[in-house]
Amino acid sequence: MNTTPEPLQATPFLRVMFAVIWKDLSAEWRSRELLSAMLVFALIVIFIFNFALELDPKSRAGITAGVLWVTFTFAGTIGLNRSLAMEKDRGCLDGLLLAPVDRTAIYFGKMIANLIFMLVVAAIVLPVYAVLYNNFHLFHPGLLLVIVLGSVGYAAVGTLLATMTVQTRTRDILLPILLFPLAIPLIVASVKASSGFLGGQSWSDLRDWVNLLVVYDVVFIAAAFMVFDFVVEE
Amino acid sequence: MADKKPGLLTGLDILSVVLLLVVTGMVFFYAPLEAVMGAVQKVFYFHVATGWVGMVGFLLALAAGIAYLRTKDMKWDIAGVAGVEIGMVFMLINIITGSIWARPIWNTWWTWDPRLTTATIMELVYAAYLMLRQGLEEPEKRARFGAVYAIIGFISVPLTFLSIRIFRTIHPVVIGGGDPGAEGSFSMTPKMLQTFMFSLVVFSVLAVDLIWHRIRLGKLGEKVEALKMELES
Amino acid sequence: MIETRRLVKRFGMKTVLRQIDLQIAQGEFVALLGPNGAGKTTLLRILASLARPSLGQVMIAGYSLPWQASAVRRKLGVVSHQPLLYGDLSAEDNLRFFGRLYGLAGLEARVTETLALVGLEHRRHELVRTFSRGMQQRLAIGRAVLHRPEVLLLDEPHTGLDQDACEMLEAVLRQVTRAGQTVLMTSHDLARAAALAGRFDVLVRGKIAASITSQDLPPDGLLAFYRQALENNEREAGKL
Repeated sequence: MNTTPEPLQATPFLRVMFAVIWKDLSAEWRSRELLSAMLVFALIVIFIFNFALELDPKSRAGITAGVLWVTFTFAGTIGLNRSLAMEKDRGCLDGLLLAPVDRTAIYFGKMIANLIFMLVVAAIVLPVYAVLYNNFHLFHPGLLLVIVLGSVGYAAVGTLLATMTVQTRTRDILLPILLFPLAIPLIVASVKASSGFLGGQSWSDLRDWVNLLVVYDVVFIAAAFMVFDFVVEE
Repeated sequence: MADKKPGLLTGLDILSVVLLLVVTGMVFFYAPLEAVMGAVQKVFYFHVATGWVGMVGFLLALAAGIAYLRTKDMKWDIAGVAGVEIGMVFMLINIITGSIWARPIWNTWWTWDPRLTTATIMELVYAAYLMLRQGLEEPEKRARFGAVYAIIGFISVPLTFLSIRIFRTIHPVVIGGGDPGAEGSFSMTPKMLQTFMFSLVVFSVLAVDLIWHRIRLGKLGEKVEALKMELES
Repeated sequence: MIETRRLVKRFGMKTVLRQIDLQIAQGEFVALLGPNGAGKTTLLRILASLARPSLGQVMIAGYSLPWQASAVRRKLGVVSHQPLLYGDLSAEDNLRFFGRLYGLAGLEARVTETLALVGLEHRRHELVRTFSRGMQQRLAIGRAVLHRPEVLLLDEPHTGLDQDACEMLEAVLRQVTRAGQTVLMTSHDLARAAALAGRFDVLVRGKIAASITSQDLPPDGLLAFYRQALENNEREAGKL
């Protein structure tokens, strides 16, 4: 029998994680379904806000951050649902679990891929918003930091919850219901910090919010790390 | 049969009812009228006690969630659901009594105060918990996902509180708080304190009683499921 | 190669597997037969390390579950009625991805070799979602044997395949098992099982009710044997 002398341990964590990220990105490259859905949805949301709130120059300044974050989180939910539905469709999740890999490596691979999709959407929505409203103060380093921190936390909780919801009967509707109440501190802090930076407040004024974001990210990544096994294993 | 209602539980039922009557009497006839706020302050005794029971319920759900994931014993799942359901009911009473008090004192039914808002978001978190369970038919998976959500849901609560706390608060901190600026704060006389402490005890007894009932109901439900299954096969 | 001892699986109050003692020697091809709901898929999922038993022991290729799960997973290949493939990846990218999860050395050569084995080299760059059910199932077998497992678990591999696709699937199966792998296959298609397996175990209500090897089986006798096993079980259940 031609058995190869492969080690009998799990495949190294980072190799698995990068394989999962590579797989998600190349599947997206071939289909472009997830990003296009997220983007079109994000732009529609901005247009709806424009008419619903009558974003004239005066009122706009105060709520730009709110509009942006609602857009990101809604589009993020669509992306998360699609990303995990892809694992369920042809039974792929079982395929991943059959491999000799650490389950948390799968989690971090999926989470980072989802984070990349969210950041790509932000990278496109932000300039579009800037052009639409002729507001080029948007590219403030503080705001960019907040977008990254907020997206990390959102992807961390969202990936964990979406892994559960794709296994339920009610699938797509359930994700926002589970995710939004847990994401409230994240969204409050992101909106407040973003609008602070856009309004020209200093770093020291906004330290509380940025700290809260960091704490949220750390706490939920750690929690997901500990419970992810239970979400995939019977 | 083991399904017969335990005598201790019946005793606890009676004790709960009696204690509830006693504490109601104490609130209205023993505790003095608060000088500034008047009769509406009496809501405070129920408000804090129900909030306490609500938190105990959610804490039970958290502990049961951790215990379930470690042991995979279905009894912890039943305990978790009991904690969430009892917690939700009492937290709702807490929010409503708070609202009744806030109308004359803060001049509004609702404010975006951290405690009030956090309590309401908690209700939403646990409503989501119940909906997640509803979407799952397999009991084992339902228990496992429920436990995971109960754990991370509870973790989010202090962060939610903190995030709203950084907004300014007008909620009075009666216990262990010395902020005289909060609108509607007052200091307790000894009689008030006695009534307050007693009400905490009474509601704790009531909570134990109700959680016990709910766990019993859950176990009976499980038994019915098992009997049904036996009939089918 | 595969051994279980007093294996029990409960879902809540429902007992799906009751004390399964299964022994499969190296190189055997065993078909696990049984009516729907007998627990076939559950048993396979436990052997595949996807589900944990409530009680009892599982040994595969000398390693025990769940403690040595990674070692077991390296020795196992699984084909289920779902292909476990990504529709938005090409055939070769699917194999490449799963190969990376196993940390395989010489991956490119393995991928090419495996695609040849299942007869899909000419479509290696095409997306899996454009494949027919039969082609997807062939690639699924490729995915399962990519890391050259010693044990193959097949869960209803014929589901949803037409006559031609079934024959092709069997040809591929014979091809990949030539090296002497141990195979456990669930099926409710007796004719297909009879054509492939060397031993037949009948699982009824979470218990192995009967077992027979193909040598002991009279020609075309599998159906009669299977019915007899079900009837005996029925009678025993009636007595209790």
